[in-house]
Amino acid sequence: MGKIFKFHNDLDTDQIIASQYLLLPTIEEMKVHTFESLDPEFPAKVKPGDYVVGGENFGCGSSREQAPGVLKALGVKAVVAKSFARIFYRNAINIGLPVIVCKDLPEAVESGDEMELSLTEGVARAGGRTFSCTRLPEYMQNILNQGGLIASLNQEVE
Amino acid sequence: MGMTIAEKIIARAAGVEVVRAGDIHTVTLDRMMSNDGTTHLTVDMYHKKLNHPRIADTKKMVFIVDHNVPSDSAKTAGSQKKMRDFAREHGIDFWEGKGVCHQIMMEHYVCPGELIFGADSHTCTYGALGAFGTGVGCTDLLYGMVTGTSWVLVPETVKFNLTGTLPRGVYARDLMLTIIGQIGANGVNYQVMEFTGDGARGLSVNERMVLCNLAVEAGAKTAIFEADDKALAYLKERGREPKAVFVSDPDAVYVKEYTFDLSKIRPVVAKPDFVDAVVPAKDVCGVRINEAFLGSCNNGRIDDLRVGASIVKGKKVADHVRFLVVPASQQVYLQAMEEGLIQTFMESGAIVMNPNCSVCWGSCQGVIGENEVLISTGTRNFKGRAGHPSSKVYLGSAATVAASAVKGEICTEDMAALGE
Repeated sequence: MGKIFKFHNDLDTDQIIASQYLLLPTIEEMKVHTFESLDPEFPAKVKPGDYVVGGENFGCGSSREQAPGVLKALGVKAVVAKSFARIFYRNAINIGLPVIVCKDLPEAVESGDEMELSLTEGVARAGGRTFSCTRLPEYMQNILNQGGLIASLNQEVE
Repeated sequence: MGMTIAEKIIARAAGVEVVRAGDIHTVTLDRMMSNDGTTHLTVDMYHKKLNHPRIADTKKMVFIVDHNVPSDSAKTAGSQKKMRDFAREHGIDFWEGKGVCHQIMMEHYVCPGELIFGADSHTCTYGALGAFGTGVGCTDLLYGMVTGTSWVLVPETVKFNLTGTLPRGVYARDLMLTIIGQIGANGVNYQVMEFTGDGARGLSVNERMVLCNLAVEAGAKTAIFEADDKALAYLKERGREPKAVFVSDPDAVYVKEYTFDLSKIRPVVAKPDFVDAVVPAKDVCGVRINEAFLGSCNNGRIDDLRVGASIVKGKKVADHVRFLVVPASQQVYLQAMEEGLIQTFMESGAIVMNPNCSVCWGSCQGVIGENEVLISTGTRNFKGRAGHPSSKVYLGSAATVAASAVKGEICTEDMAALGE
């Protein structure tokens, strides 16, 4: 079980990690600023295994890979949203952060709710309800299963 | 069943006869661009994460420092040094302070028919020359750099049929914001916007760049124009040849079609905090501003500076306003100097700055404080995008920005004086 942190529709990557932190040397230094404009306590509150839930078009805007990067570094297990902006979606898979499309779940849950997600079954359980999630295309699921694009690249050339 | 321009480019890059929307293909990339927003992370991964670090073809790589230039802190300088050293070590084309990355790419590299990955969301700009440019993260960029290839899910194409011509005092910026306002911030998520029709053909390459650049703000994977005589002339002037000139087949598949009559477009503004919160500019006239920004990969070109200068000429920027003018490249800057535009801006009280991303990306220069208001030709107006989380950004054309800088509040160019 993990706790839900819920955000609005059209959540842009500037809110996940603002521009002024992007040129810091490492993701580790950036992660303490995650969601700073919306919830400055987020990095302290979030625990490994927790979930970020969004609405439509989650992760729109900038292609900054630091956005999924800081979420992964804080231990966020997956991002579940009604829909994702394409660059964030692709970046998340590339770095091995599961991004799950689930049309009905975001409306049915609130921040602080407990949730359980089975990536293999493609279902999420929260508030006594079970929600089915859209499966990734096989190609992308394979990248995720290998731990991201670089892990898969390292395996390709071995 | 025919193919669209975008599908033909992917088919060529994949080495196959036909691709269809929804297919996944491995493609050979023609070019890759990375800027100082993420390159230090790419370099770190290259050194620390790869079992067999290598670069498939250094000639396809371009590194551009444009986001925080000149650097604003020791940490920024350190990240940029990492990028600079890597480029020198590997013989990668390296640009610093010469312009915003997409302007540099358009001036020096992009060719019709190419498939280009850029580690920046506004890479979709390159569709103005009939290239397929799309924004990626630094892991995708690294994979492309190492293997020379990547995977692409062939996107659906949406046709935007443009008719007529824009009225005087109305600009490509107003047109694109109007389109985004109508279709929404995810109106074309993971799709290609193909601009066509006599209205599209009537637009200059610079105007086409304005449209393509903002396509990502509607969720598009890219946007594209046919590489017509205007595009080929732009290329020839800069000594380049097309990779391939593709046109969409008459029986190509479009998942949706829209028509926009350019003669009906009027000045508009995107209100905080969303690019699709588009309203007629007259509806927000009177909003007091603290700063005005004319620049960015969307609107920092010579045409935009000409429009801005014509409005501020002989006038003064309002006392309480900082008016930042940032040419998109040194080529643009030099041209503006030759035409006397820089002098006009300075005489009006504007602050003219070196080519870079400036306040459009909310770091380095011109960052605004608590509750301050910016009117901008930048690309985005997200919450806190230009500085403090409580600050507000309105987006408009070069004309609206310049007129607002003089008045000290949001207003449009004097449309009555233009006879509109």
